[in-house]
Amino acid sequence: MIEIRNLSKTFSSGENQVAALADVNLTIPDGEIYGVIGLSGAGKSTLVRCINLLERPSAGQVIVDGQDLTAMSPRQLRQARKSISMIFQGFNLLMQRTALDNICFPLELSGVKKAEARKRARELLELVELPDKAEAYPIQLSGGQKQRIAIARALASDPKVLLCDEATSALDPKTTQSILQLLKELNRKLGVTVVVITHEMRVVEQICTRVAILDHGQVQEEGPTAQVFSNPKSDAGRRLVLPDGEKIHVLPENRLVRLVFNGASAGEPIVARLAREQGILLNILSADTRSIGDRTFGNMVLGLPLDETEAARALLYLRELKGVTAEEVTEYVQ
Amino acid sequence: MFSESEWELLRNIIQNGLWKAIGETLLMTFVPTILAFVIGLPLGVVLVTGEEKGIHPLPGWLMKLLNFVINILRSVPFLILLIVVLPLSRLLVGTTVGTKAIIAPLVIAAFPFVARLVETSIREVDGGVVEAAQSMGAGTWQIILKVLIPEARPALISNFMVALITIFGYGAMSGAVGGGGLGRIAVNYGYNRYQPLVMYFAVILLVILVQIFQGVGNVLVKKSDKRIR
Repeated sequence: MIEIRNLSKTFSSGENQVAALADVNLTIPDGEIYGVIGLSGAGKSTLVRCINLLERPSAGQVIVDGQDLTAMSPRQLRQARKSISMIFQGFNLLMQRTALDNICFPLELSGVKKAEARKRARELLELVELPDKAEAYPIQLSGGQKQRIAIARALASDPKVLLCDEATSALDPKTTQSILQLLKELNRKLGVTVVVITHEMRVVEQICTRVAILDHGQVQEEGPTAQVFSNPKSDAGRRLVLPDGEKIHVLPENRLVRLVFNGASAGEPIVARLAREQGILLNILSADTRSIGDRTFGNMVLGLPLDETEAARALLYLRELKGVTAEEVTEYVQ
Repeated sequence: MFSESEWELLRNIIQNGLWKAIGETLLMTFVPTILAFVIGLPLGVVLVTGEEKGIHPLPGWLMKLLNFVINILRSVPFLILLIVVLPLSRLLVGTTVGTKAIIAPLVIAAFPFVARLVETSIREVDGGVVEAAQSMGAGTWQIILKVLIPEARPALISNFMVALITIFGYGAMSGAVGGGGLGRIAVNYGYNRYQPLVMYFAVILLVILVQIFQGVGNVLVKKSDKRIR
């Protein structure tokens, strides 16, 4: 378990003090794939770098498996880092070493015998599905292959935690998919806790069980991915989840209802059914839904009919739908 | 173009002691270069790792002093330095003339230069790779020996050749104040006794040697750099 307590980090450049993180509290349970999402400048990279103390926090504690990293001596910290691995946006492979020797690197640091290290490295190459790239140098590998080697290297020390700092941001969508699948599989097979830092919602949607939304160096909201993404409560959450745009204050003639899809089965034609079964015509003002698996998440804003009784009937109908919550709103984000 | 007596002298030089002179020149080049790296490599590494934001920050005053000393030594013209350091040669090898005597001044002249060359080579190593090593729990020595130096290897080899050729040039120059080798032949016969043929001959040999060094260096760099497909 990773516990982040009252974590703050302030960078000072000359006179200016910039608070990258301000009093962050997070608990990341074991075995989870945990997402931290935020726009650039939100402080997410600083946060992940504080977890293994590549960046020393200005205040607060980072407790991994009951051990407070911030209270450790340099030697203890180096030892602790061996069970907290990290992969990067830029892969950061050693350019003058072969793929196999890159994977051997953390084992060398721990003083593992060469023959043993090579054996382990070959197993890891199998695990990341690149057994034929042992003797290749990084320059000869594609981005996705480099990240696979980096993942194998990160796993060499049998870590409990794998930190991924924008690990797919430099990859094309297809390669991103395959890397995400690999991370998911490794999480399942090895039980390693994965912390994913990203600015891409798709990444979190696809693999994260829980997510925290970071903005201005603070956690704005946190919870199971489906819940947070389908019904974001914070401003930052709404800005991320809903299409970019500004808040529009509508003074509508008709009343508005916001539907939040919380896993309704995909392909349920709600609006059409209301029209056919009840004869009530609703106006779709905005919609942003997405399917995760066979279920729908997201939200939709509908304009209710002007007729009061029809509006009440529509509202009643919508409130009874499974996997959907309906609430009246007076404004919506377009 | 050249008189018979000039050709005679050249033949004489070639038969008596040309190989010795080439050997001296090689000795005066490789020994000081290697010794300059023995001193300059650790210094160059420290110039990077000891910085405020380096992997092992050292006290600011120490870094300032180090930079100051290196800059001072680099700004003294080589010939002046040579003369100033010669008493040290007397202390070390008992003489101030000849090949052996010139080694100590060459090392002193070259190591600050080498330290700077090493510094720039080490700075070329991607900070992300160092960070990755730190995230795996690598200590300062492990980062220096397993990341910084191996990753900078092509640049270090390339800069070794730069240093070698510079020291080679210094060595030839030292012929003017009692150094040995081809430089002495060029200066003593060619310049002092006005024998252009001998001077041209010695200079051509020097040029050929530089070409060989650079050629071998280029091959080594290319072979060692795994960033080249």
